[in-house]
Amino acid sequence: MTMSTDDSPLKPQCEDALHEIYHLLAGEIDDTKREQITMHLDECAPCAEPYDFYAELRRCIQQRCHDAAPPELLARIEAAIQRL
Amino acid sequence: MADQAHFAELAMEHMGSLYSAALRMTRNPADAEDLVQETYLKAYRGFGGFEAGTNLKAWLYRILTNTYINAYRAKQRRPDETDLDEVEDLYLYRRLGGLEAARASRSAEDELMDLFSEAEVKAAVEELPENFRMAVLLADVEGFSYKEIAEIMDIPIGTVMSRLHRGRKALEKLLYDFAVSHRLAEPAADPAS
Repeated sequence: MTMSTDDSPLKPQCEDALHEIYHLLAGEIDDTKREQITMHLDECAPCAEPYDFYAELRRCIQQRCHDAAPPELLARIEAAIQRL
Repeated sequence: MADQAHFAELAMEHMGSLYSAALRMTRNPADAEDLVQETYLKAYRGFGGFEAGTNLKAWLYRILTNTYINAYRAKQRRPDETDLDEVEDLYLYRRLGGLEAARASRSAEDELMDLFSEAEVKAAVEELPENFRMAVLLADVEGFSYKEIAEIMDIPIGTVMSRLHRGRKALEKLLYDFAVSHRLAEPAADPAS
């Protein structure tokens, strides 16, 4: 475990960055705040590490959740629309 | 005002992503196909009301969501309450941080793909309580903005954020359970505090 947070209180910038990880990854942070946080991540490895972890988790979930629709579904839908 | 003649060329390209979402929601391929077909029929009929130039995918998801809620939800309603109080921030990261390989490597994140199979990630998402599942799918799989999700689900943005917060926590916990079952991580007996 590399996070240095177990017994020492987090710095406010760290707390801020860690709290916003999901929102940052979802692109839901305004520009000023995003700059603040990315600057902090550049210089704070203990925060950059969980950030990278959650970025990878997001990619993993995205890539794992795709299913190809059955090939006949398109034709079925188009036929149903024709019948309307 | 959108023209029905252009419906297929504009709308059908979203079928794969709608089908994936439908499958996560219904957890059943036959129901997912019916849900997607019903969504497209409603969308076609209502296409005149779609404002050209706005987000067609979000509009289709809104129809999918409403159709799902009306047609399928009653069948399999489950309580959304789930005990997440003990799931702290960075839950999965802190616990998987104890992995041997994670300590050895700066790029331990790359292991997530190896750690969780496609079947496991799907199962974890499908295990989420319904309202959380929808929000997580829309935000973290489909990449809709919180504002778009509020419109798709017809709920206030604050509710979107609280469902996402709880849904993401619940998903981390479910994934952690898979990691434990691989014996790659220690059980959660000792919270990393």
